[in-house]
Amino acid sequence: MVEPLHIRMRNTIMSGDAACPGCPIPLGLKVVGAVFGNKVILVIPACCTSVVMGAWPGNGFNGSVIHVAFASAAAVASGIAEALEKRGIRDTQVIAWAGDGGTADIGMASLSGAAERNENFIYIMYDNEAYMNTGIQRSSSTPYGAWTTTTPVIGKREHKKDVARIMIAHGVPYVATASIAYPHDFEAKLRRAAKIRGFKFIHLHAPCPVGWRFDPGLTIKVAKLAVETGMWILYEYYEGRLRLSGPSRPYIDESKRKLIIEYLKLQGRFRRITDKEVLEIETYVKQAWDWVKKHM
Amino acid sequence: MAIQVLTGNYSVALAAKLARVDVVAAYPITPQTSIVEKLSEYIEKGELDAKMIRVESEHSALAATFGAALAGARAFTATSSHGLLYMHEWVHWVSRARVPVVMAIVTRTIGTPWNIWPDHGDFMDQRDAGWIMSFGMDNQEILDLTLQAFKISEDPRVYLPVMVGLEGFILGHTSMPVDVPDQKLVDEWLGPRRQGYVIDGSEPLALGNLAWPEDTEEFFMDIQESMEEAKKVIKEVDKEYGRIFGREYGGLIEYYRCSDAKYIMVSMGAWSGDLKEAINLLRDNGYPVGLARIRYFRPFPDKEIYEVIRGAKGVIVFDRAISFGSMGPLFMDLVANTLKHTRRISVIQNIVAGIGGVNITYTDFTGLIKDFISIIESGGEPPVFKWYHRR
Repeated sequence: MVEPLHIRMRNTIMSGDAACPGCPIPLGLKVVGAVFGNKVILVIPACCTSVVMGAWPGNGFNGSVIHVAFASAAAVASGIAEALEKRGIRDTQVIAWAGDGGTADIGMASLSGAAERNENFIYIMYDNEAYMNTGIQRSSSTPYGAWTTTTPVIGKREHKKDVARIMIAHGVPYVATASIAYPHDFEAKLRRAAKIRGFKFIHLHAPCPVGWRFDPGLTIKVAKLAVETGMWILYEYYEGRLRLSGPSRPYIDESKRKLIIEYLKLQGRFRRITDKEVLEIETYVKQAWDWVKKHM
Repeated sequence: MAIQVLTGNYSVALAAKLARVDVVAAYPITPQTSIVEKLSEYIEKGELDAKMIRVESEHSALAATFGAALAGARAFTATSSHGLLYMHEWVHWVSRARVPVVMAIVTRTIGTPWNIWPDHGDFMDQRDAGWIMSFGMDNQEILDLTLQAFKISEDPRVYLPVMVGLEGFILGHTSMPVDVPDQKLVDEWLGPRRQGYVIDGSEPLALGNLAWPEDTEEFFMDIQESMEEAKKVIKEVDKEYGRIFGREYGGLIEYYRCSDAKYIMVSMGAWSGDLKEAINLLRDNGYPVGLARIRYFRPFPDKEIYEVIRGAKGVIVFDRAISFGSMGPLFMDLVANTLKHTRRISVIQNIVAGIGGVNITYTDFTGLIKDFISIIESGGEPPVFKWYHRR
């Protein structure tokens, strides 16, 4: 019998990792560790996890970790995957583990290249919606209206870039969204991805207490609210069809969703948001759901 | 062994094939393109059992090459000019991770303006990056250097990446007869892939975690020490290769008519062939001149250079690159490194020429050398720096 996930999540992240209190990164990595054990090679570009892993000669993750230059996670993972294939090694999972900056922005070209070549590895974009490692600067994945240190007065004027949809457009065999608040859902997605040959992309929503300005005890609550308000939609896309994941299923019905303002008001980054801006976000969420319904 | 007529680029591709590379990741750029085309052909025809990763940029080319090499594959890439500059971040990353990799640099002038002709500016731009840097003179040497690069890179005393330079078009696209080593002999001599560590899932391993300043500095000091070791390894490999395949080049430097020369020319790359012509011509006219051709720019052959120039009356260093606001990089390195062995340097001149691909022939060299010698012989002092330009 397989042990429950929370038991298997133990000892995957070593004590003494350098994450901030309430950081979602160890939560996500624990699930990765629970699924693959130490038969995993994480390729990590410049991002918060570069620090979370701790200083040499220590290593915060019970598996192999390769820190790489910012724009290159998908390219290095490609090289490793091809070498393992050439050498006939089949029992080790290659995973690119990158933030939203290393994925949606500086890493987009290498990501797109690896996806188009259908390289055999899993790419996980853990999305804390800004450049958190350098101190909360906006990324293309920062949502509309959010305060960051480079949108310090007015807030971000553009909506979040939808990287999962960009990956679907690449025609890769597997794309999913996930959230650190739903580890069983994330686990199921990793397991499905591991069985599929070719390029797999998982967009993992990862609320950051430091950058989003909420109490570190509320990470899971904020992550759940993102799903419960319909701001973050959990789904899988494979074999040409979108499948809404369990936690998001109730919220296809708009009347079941919590009010978006409940999600926003917990976060200091939306402190100065106006009613008009909330309306703009509501319109964005509605469009996202329309798209989901159209592709189910 | 068999003679084939090959371009410089095909010599590189054939050497990579003879080394039985496992993974090639590359992106096309003029004048490197025919290397990646040829390797693709070898792989698709089944003549080379390797994976070709057709990446979307040079930055990813070296990143993927690094990933493959790290995971235990013998990995190869090639590029030129802007491609090399675009991957520069990775040039440093690979050497600092101590991962054996071989890369061919088919040199081309850096823009703007757009220019496809060769000088050494792109190659020299990598000089502080921790790679072993070799440069050939003809297509035979290009094949031999590329093959030897794998052996040197994978030597436990070195474990550093190696780049092999050749001028685009002048060598890259010009066909010459090349003696191609026998595959069986290459297999025996080169052996299986060797590297300091492998990340392939067989044991958990972390690479590149944040390191404190003292630890980081020690990693880099070790690269400097390995560069010293590499000098020995390069010479050993050159000798061993000569014994097995019949061609020995002299190690870090090729000496041409130096033993009784009073004036020493120093150069690197294909134009050294023209320089040899000039030296022969001048010798016929009684000028005691010789050539020390740099085959390895990193590690810099300080002792060898010192020994060859120490008795000379005059030295000219020909540079096909310019460090704007200073001088030619070969010259700067030569002067600085010679100071390790003596405070007294012969009358010395740096001639920068052939920039942007301007063609320099043996008549140019002959004129320049004659001018230099006549100034010294008449008791004058030639200018230390000269940018020689002609139309």
